[in-house]
Amino acid sequence: MRADLLWVREGWRSEQLNPLGFGGFDPARLIMAETREQTETLAVAEEALRDGVVAMVALEITAPLSLTAGRRLQLAAQAGGATGVCLIPEGMGSNAAETRWHCAPVFDRDDSTLQCWRLIKNKSGTLGSWHVRWDAQACRVAVVPPAGNGPGSAGASD
Amino acid sequence: MSLWFPRLATDRVLRARPTDRPFVLTLTESNTNRVYCLNVAAERQGLYRGISFSDARAFCPGLVSMPARPDLEAQFLTVLRRWALRWCPWVGREGRDGLVLDVTGSAHLFGGEEAMLREMRQRLARTRLSVRIGLAETRGAAWARAHYGEGAALADLPVEALRLDSDTAIGLKRMGLRRIGQLSATPRAPLTRRFGPGLLMRLDQALGYQPEQISPEVEPPHYGVRMTLPEPIGLESDVMAAADRLLTRLCDKLRAQDTGARVLCLTLRRVDSHAQQVELRLARPMRDPARILPLFQRGVSQVDAGFGIDQVRLEAVQVEPLLSEQLNSTGTRDPGRMNDLITRIGTRIGLDNVRRFLPADSHIPERAFIIASAAYSQPDSNWASPHPRPVLIFPPEPIIATGPRPPEHFRWRRMALTTGRATGPERIAPEWWLDDPNWHSGLRDYWRVETVQGRRLWLFHTPQNPGWFVQGEFA
Repeated sequence: MRADLLWVREGWRSEQLNPLGFGGFDPARLIMAETREQTETLAVAEEALRDGVVAMVALEITAPLSLTAGRRLQLAAQAGGATGVCLIPEGMGSNAAETRWHCAPVFDRDDSTLQCWRLIKNKSGTLGSWHVRWDAQACRVAVVPPAGNGPGSAGASD
Repeated sequence: MSLWFPRLATDRVLRARPTDRPFVLTLTESNTNRVYCLNVAAERQGLYRGISFSDARAFCPGLVSMPARPDLEAQFLTVLRRWALRWCPWVGREGRDGLVLDVTGSAHLFGGEEAMLREMRQRLARTRLSVRIGLAETRGAAWARAHYGEGAALADLPVEALRLDSDTAIGLKRMGLRRIGQLSATPRAPLTRRFGPGLLMRLDQALGYQPEQISPEVEPPHYGVRMTLPEPIGLESDVMAAADRLLTRLCDKLRAQDTGARVLCLTLRRVDSHAQQVELRLARPMRDPARILPLFQRGVSQVDAGFGIDQVRLEAVQVEPLLSEQLNSTGTRDPGRMNDLITRIGTRIGLDNVRRFLPADSHIPERAFIIASAAYSQPDSNWASPHPRPVLIFPPEPIIATGPRPPEHFRWRRMALTTGRATGPERIAPEWWLDDPNWHSGLRDYWRVETVQGRRLWLFHTPQNPGWFVQGEFA
């Protein structure tokens, strides 16, 4: 049994991930942990990050993250060498976070995977904004110039 | 030696609630409630086995009755069989209410056959079990004595004592052969021609001309170990050290049987005879003590030791077959670490809450996958989706719109959205063989709507029952 992604979320939410819509990512590589409340979510995420056997841990939170909790997750990720991604509701970011991104889909006449990724917090660098599209065949995101703004990304340094 | 418990069923019940009144157990067979087993007081009232229960109540108004439980009775006989192992190692079952023991060579340990019989009777009488014991050189003769007269000579016993079916027994009686002695004096060839070889086989078995084996039952393996400590312990490290020793012993047992533990239960008994349990459910059957032990850490740390723990017991509650596997150098990742992580997460949030997606054969979007417990399923990469599907689905949320085409402008979750491009429709019909209340509105025409504001939504229209709903969101 191997898994690359552990998704931790609270079990009461009616919104559900649909494995058929993952667009190239194999759902067999995903393990989901459904918790009862946020404390459990954080504990499970910390445990998995510290272990480092899954390459990436995604957690969905519903309440603001305290500074202590954010820092603990960060230390656990450092100890295990795994990447942690925390999906936060608007405006609930933790100050302990290394980077914070704002991702939103963008309407485009010819493409239906275009997104705008904005780096809105970065502890060790500058902020930036990129337009990316998802390449389902190659299973990766490709940076594209934003429509109408000419070549080059808006304030990005690759 | 043959042991016959003539009232095994009633004795089992009356051990728990003794009564002097007539007592019967009833069993419903072919639509009739009949008396299955009865105590001495009921027999004195003139009742017998197989009498219908309504007749029995008419004969004896003060009758106490209970429904019979043949399964519990068989369980009770198993317990008795285990108890009988104290007399000799060869114990087999005889029918549903008897035991057969091969005491050759073990009688002298109890001071000879007479003393052994006396002790056996005393012990059984103390447990209020009525028993008839037949002791003979052969299994058939012992059975005959147990059922038809304990001290009698074999030749004087009736022919039924040879374990014959009723037709043969009646046939023999019609010929005037009532005793075993008469039967053995009769020429053999005509008997075989008349009754077949079974009769003489039984006779030879009883007389010892033909061997008959006792097949002892295999004890099911018991996966439990325990340790009693001379001094109570209270430190977490001490408890873990005790668990380590027990685990080593338990895992040796598991290895010998080629099984692995799935659920382990560590019982810690305190000096004030309170017991606390630490349960560990594993994501995969395991029998490696070095890997199981750290998984106990979290449960043991929550135990309240009180005045100290003086007995530790470890049991594998659920075991599964686990065959040895060949390790090779090409395996890139150790699957065990992932299982350990699932186990650790499972001890915190429950093993059933760690899940994975498995493909399912359905074109209904919400039934095209199933969510299974990760610990009890294997990953399956066999996913196929001919049409694009949203990454997030939720119960349908209605929006205000009319007509078969997606609306130009609509409001969803308090957002005013404008349709930029709509792709569709993709018609999905309900699965008529399943009665799903969510699909009572009939056919659905799914549209993929990309809004100018950015959101890409999955809308559907129900033409048979006009209405528009949002069911999912694309990335």
